[in-house]
Amino acid sequence: MDSTLTHIEPGGDTVLRDDARREASQAMDPRSPVMRFSADEPLAMDSGARLGPFQIAYQTAGTLNADRSNAVLICHALTGDQHFAHPHPVTAKPGWWETLVGPGKPVDTDRYFVVCSNVIGSCMGSTGPASLDPATGRPYGLDFPLVTIRDMVRAQAMLLDRLGVTDLFLCIGGSMGGMQVLQWASLFPERVFAAMPIATGPRHSAQNIAFHEVGRQAIMADPAWEEGRYLEAGTRPSKGLGVARMGAHITYLSEPALHRKFGRRLQNRAAPTFSFNADFQIESYLRHQGLSFVERFDANAYLYLTRAMDYFDLAEDHGGVLANAFRGSKTRFCVMSFTSDWLFPTADSRAIVHALNAVAAPVAFVEVESDKGHDAFLLDEPAMFSAARGFIDAAARARGL
Amino acid sequence: MSGAETAVETERFTDAASDAPWEAAEGLPHEGGARIDHIVVLGLVPPGARVLDIGCGDGSLLALLRDRRGVDGRGIELSREGVNACLSRGLPVIQGDADTDLANYPDDAFDVVILSQTIQATRNPRIVLEHLLRIGRQVVISFPNFGHWRVRAELAFRGRMPVTETMPESWYETANIHHCTIRDFVGLCHLVGARIEKATALDVRGRPMRFSMPWWFWNLLGAQGVFLLRRGRPKS
Repeated sequence: MDSTLTHIEPGGDTVLRDDARREASQAMDPRSPVMRFSADEPLAMDSGARLGPFQIAYQTAGTLNADRSNAVLICHALTGDQHFAHPHPVTAKPGWWETLVGPGKPVDTDRYFVVCSNVIGSCMGSTGPASLDPATGRPYGLDFPLVTIRDMVRAQAMLLDRLGVTDLFLCIGGSMGGMQVLQWASLFPERVFAAMPIATGPRHSAQNIAFHEVGRQAIMADPAWEEGRYLEAGTRPSKGLGVARMGAHITYLSEPALHRKFGRRLQNRAAPTFSFNADFQIESYLRHQGLSFVERFDANAYLYLTRAMDYFDLAEDHGGVLANAFRGSKTRFCVMSFTSDWLFPTADSRAIVHALNAVAAPVAFVEVESDKGHDAFLLDEPAMFSAARGFIDAAARARGL
Repeated sequence: MSGAETAVETERFTDAASDAPWEAAEGLPHEGGARIDHIVVLGLVPPGARVLDIGCGDGSLLALLRDRRGVDGRGIELSREGVNACLSRGLPVIQGDADTDLANYPDDAFDVVILSQTIQATRNPRIVLEHLLRIGRQVVISFPNFGHWRVRAELAFRGRMPVTETMPESWYETANIHHCTIRDFVGLCHLVGARIEKATALDVRGRPMRFSMPWWFWNLLGAQGVFLLRRGRPKS
């Protein structure tokens, strides 16, 4: 049986409630470095809003070299955070990309200065809807301006300016992180030497918007959501956010992976109970995913970040022609997809590749054989690592690193 | 054969046989274990050219062109292993194939487009060739010659589909779905308006048959055809 299924145990709830307190504190006072920007240097957002003061929580690994030429920016996915190679402050789990990033790994922290920041609008220390609105002294809630992928990238650029990183050797990320990579390459082409967008697409599809909308409606249908003012009301829309996560989690997997891991097997019982208890292992697993998620994530942040992905359409920003987003780009790209990913299928990656071909940008493309679905980019996929290592090492040679 | 076709053949032959076509390849060193057919291609690609190699395998030809000719090389390769090998060499190669991935390249995107031993495995060789001529100013294309005497002998005397050095797989497992002879290919070039700048046949060991010969000779004795094409006017 999968070890993740054994996490729900009697007494576990107490621990989770402590986790919840820690999560709330992470939004304001994260266990990672924080860069603060005053009201004089606001973030100009696509909505027209000017966010200031604001802060960006980030983590780094490795050392910036004298030439400042070895910086890597990691862009995290929807519910990810800055703790790419550091234990999570709430769950104590290892960094979310330690499979790919670390000493001797394809993104080698012995050679590169690696930065990852919590995106703007999230809840792990960068300013978002759970942060205090200086104008009112209470949490922003839905008063927080709508965030776009481009806003996230602009904020990251401001952070890198402060860190003395003029340009990136590599910008890499999966899913929503991949959207940021594409946005980086399009918005700041001269600041990105190499780009690796993984398991992503040039826009969010109608089907993906649909799944996100189901999740948002689940949150907003929870009475404890309190029209977005749950932090002041002292409630938490855990049921709604949990259901949102359960639905979304299915989209991160694949039918073969679900069948292999769970099949129709029953959870700690010999026969169905003729009730609506979690008879099946898959039900128990999803409930666990929902429960553990609500202890580490803010419901409003989930609304904002899913919306940011929905609004992403790089072609639309460039007169309907995706190739225009990359015209004149000197960045070398490596695009990667996974065979069983139906959330961002290979066709999405091919659209990126074809646009890059159309403007004669140097682009490599690999479709990795995997039955693990969209989440494959976070998991142990040797074919992904070998391709990433080949691309990154060659790029490093080309940059004289 | 009709008289008109004979005239075409003669004309093409004159075109192709103008000044010894493979001279450039001849003087090159063969160190590093480079394949002879790669050396032949090397002789056709000008220094610093932008090159697309379709079906580039492990990238050995692209690497050779980059290292010896300073070309800006790109590749398309079907196998994941091949793409990974290319990535390790620092070559921008996309996983894809000639049938689906050529349509998105703009006109004149490359100085030279190379299609080695692949056109016979595409679903639509004519459309593929038209794309090659559109996106490349020059096209280097090689293919196994189904008119080779051993192929003919297999069919004529044994009544079996041939299995040879250049076509090593049985009919039921080969990827080659559109076999052609050198003469057939010349016909296709004519149909799509490709101008044949240089052409030759390679023997079974991949060595160019340097002496100028009429098409029927190459069509009988050449194991592979190698053509250097350029866009021209299609036959009206």
